[in-house]
Amino acid sequence: MSQEVDGHKMNPSKRKFLIAATSAVGGVAAAAVVIPMVLSMQPSQRAKAAGAPVEVDISKVEPGMLLTVEWRGKPVWIVNRTKEMLAKLPTIDGMLTDPKSEQPQQPAYCTNSTRSIKPEYLVAVGICTHLGCSPTFRPEVGAADLGGDWPGGFFCPCHGSRFDLAARVFKNVPAPTNLVIPPHQYLSDAKLLIGVDAKGA
Amino acid sequence: MSALQKMMGWVDDRFPLTATYKAHLSEYYAPKNFNFWYFFGSLALLVLVLQIVTGIFLTMNYKPDAELAFASVEYIMRDVDWGWLIRYMHSTGASMFFVVVYLHMFRGLMYGSYRKPRELIWIFGVMIYLALMAEAFLGYLLPWGQMSYWGAQVIVNLFAAVPFIGEDLSIWIRGDYVIGDATLNRFFAFHVIALPLVLLGLVVVHLVALHEVGSNNPDGVEIKKHKDPVTHIPLDGIPFHPYYTVKDIVGVIVFLMVFSAILFFAPEMGGYFLEAANFVPADPLKTPEHIAPLWYFTPFYAILRAVPPLFGSQFPGVVAMGMSIVLMFFLPWLDRSKVKSIRYRGPIYKVALALFIISFIGLGYLGLLPSTPVATIFAQVFSVIYFLFFLLMPWYTSIDKTKPEPERVTG
Amino acid sequence: MKRLKNFLLLLAAAPVLAFASGAGPHLDKAPVNLADQDSLQRGARMFVNYCLNCHSASAMRYSRLQDIGLSEDQIKENLLFASEKPGELMKISMPKAEAKAWFGAAPPDLSVIARSRGADWLYTYLRGFYRDDSRATGWNNTVFDKVGMPHVMWSLQGEQIAHYKTVVDHEGKETHVFDRFELIKPGTVTLAEYDAQVGDLVNYLVWMGEPAQLQRKKLGIIVLVFLGIFFVVAYYLKKEFWKDIH
Repeated sequence: MSQEVDGHKMNPSKRKFLIAATSAVGGVAAAAVVIPMVLSMQPSQRAKAAGAPVEVDISKVEPGMLLTVEWRGKPVWIVNRTKEMLAKLPTIDGMLTDPKSEQPQQPAYCTNSTRSIKPEYLVAVGICTHLGCSPTFRPEVGAADLGGDWPGGFFCPCHGSRFDLAARVFKNVPAPTNLVIPPHQYLSDAKLLIGVDAKGA
Repeated sequence: MSALQKMMGWVDDRFPLTATYKAHLSEYYAPKNFNFWYFFGSLALLVLVLQIVTGIFLTMNYKPDAELAFASVEYIMRDVDWGWLIRYMHSTGASMFFVVVYLHMFRGLMYGSYRKPRELIWIFGVMIYLALMAEAFLGYLLPWGQMSYWGAQVIVNLFAAVPFIGEDLSIWIRGDYVIGDATLNRFFAFHVIALPLVLLGLVVVHLVALHEVGSNNPDGVEIKKHKDPVTHIPLDGIPFHPYYTVKDIVGVIVFLMVFSAILFFAPEMGGYFLEAANFVPADPLKTPEHIAPLWYFTPFYAILRAVPPLFGSQFPGVVAMGMSIVLMFFLPWLDRSKVKSIRYRGPIYKVALALFIISFIGLGYLGLLPSTPVATIFAQVFSVIYFLFFLLMPWYTSIDKTKPEPERVTG
Repeated sequence: MKRLKNFLLLLAAAPVLAFASGAGPHLDKAPVNLADQDSLQRGARMFVNYCLNCHSASAMRYSRLQDIGLSEDQIKENLLFASEKPGELMKISMPKAEAKAWFGAAPPDLSVIARSRGADWLYTYLRGFYRDDSRATGWNNTVFDKVGMPHVMWSLQGEQIAHYKTVVDHEGKETHVFDRFELIKPGTVTLAEYDAQVGDLVNYLVWMGEPAQLQRKKLGIIVLVFLGIFFVVAYYLKKEFWKDIH
């Protein structure tokens, strides 16, 4: 393979190999410098501490009431649904876009008819899936301004999206999907931890 | 024609990409006899890039606010993922920048790289050095530690020594009656935007000027004097790429090994790169026991202290310090020697250069120490040698007994 | 032979003499060993119990103690008050102005104290408190004269008094230098045990000054080995190309 250049042996395949090897090792070096820079833009320990799971005492949430808590800077709703409210949920499936919660908007343990761990307690991120406004809690059935067939739920004042009391989205509204159910678990009957799945869940 | 060639052709019709590549890399002919001292130019460029990139990422988390600055640096060191690495790269890079630049300048002195026709390269280089000193000084205030604070206090007060307008000038620089939040904010603006732009611009003109006249070499002879009659390529020149790119890669790796050894095992470098007193938040009411500037400023600080006050004014010292840098600009015209390189110079220049280097390092050492009568006498002797090196240069270089330069470069 | 011996003795004593001639008081060498996780954990406990009432470490998160082998549950149970979370910073509720009124100066934040003071200074300082009735707190310190901080760990160390002696230097100047301590009331642990406990605490403070430092050194070795390999490859590349040049 070697050729004579200026009376010297030049070996192109050796050169090619060395160029490839140096480029490869150099590429690794460049990546090793770039990666820490990129990773430094991840949430810092401060952001993580601020976004740590939130413990909520739900014993004071009366049936039919809504409690809003902050988790990672977002409103999280906790609704204590009454028996009547729960009974109404399956009856309105026809009005909804995704009544069976087929879109992955909730943890696996909340992919059920009430979208919750305990049937009475709804835990949902109160951010509209359309453009990020926070919908209003409108539990009163048949509210005049929402039409006579309003079964109770959430109404987004920005663009009129509607959600039922399982945070499922109605048909023919701007919001495309159900509201997000955050990871959460019950530490005891009265204590809810928002932000982490139960171990083994 | 391959797709790549086609694309290159398309670009070249609209932008001189291939032509630029040829002019500055593959057909830029550099003397083939570069030695160890010729690594530091490209290394300086590397460190500049490193400082800019790490600086950008530090800026994402640093807070230029007197109440928050110190804590934000510790936030970077602890709470930001890899923040400690980025911060240490920047702090180690600051000192290593000066190591590289000082060695680069010393190379210029040894081989006469400032001589005709490279006067402008040298002048741009001195301007880079000045901008770099300003950049380092401004950046050193940002951690808002005790040394940051009191170092800035001392240097800004130098401006107060200017007759008549000094007091107003120093207040204008600070934007306050003491170093304060306003000072920190404006230093931040200059450090992250203004001076980096100036530095980049100067580096470009430094390189454009270099590539216009071609590089000097350890023999100090012009390779363009002897060209191949057919190709017009200098006989002693070799294309920068690939020969000096592959060589510089080796230099870069060795440099990075030194850099990493400091960064990972001694980021404080025994207090020379990061001072212990700077781990105490700035306190306007309490001066640290011993204030010394960072090591790269100490030669000039020693000159400042070596000059006794005149009529109770520090101004003569400030002028001397300023002159010690201004004189560098005149170097191309102070040197009257028939030859450029130290290899063919006579004994007088060799002794003068040795004395100059000893004085410069000596001043640097003395600038770190607290001022004592003995130290001051030494600093005065070294300062005199420093100035005489420049001022007597026209005389001693013209009487020096030089050896004849070779026609072509020697191995 | 004897002269040689004297010379060697002098040589051995040189560092001590150099210290004696220096401005600051003599500092004992702190037993810093960041690889000793047990020591760091003991130090962390001492820090939380003795220091964190008046001093903060406002750059340090409790959860970072996981780096020295404590689990989140251990941190919660042993080091935190019920209302605190592991992600919180080591802050204190003492207002700065009040602290200044009580101690003369606000107790400094200790996040990076080991980086500004140095381990040896801290180690000597924390063992250098002695009874001094002329001071408001009743305490003085051999390395920090007229210190505002009282001896927080006196129940461990016991109470000691300091003996000073007068030394005349070669210029005939007399100086008062610290000679030795005398224990007048023993503490709950022996002096050797106390030294070990302070050693643990200082070890912890050194670690806390830069929690990333263990990771830093580990990574440094990998980087240098990598660059070594890179050097070999690049060196052969350079050699191959420069065969053309002669």
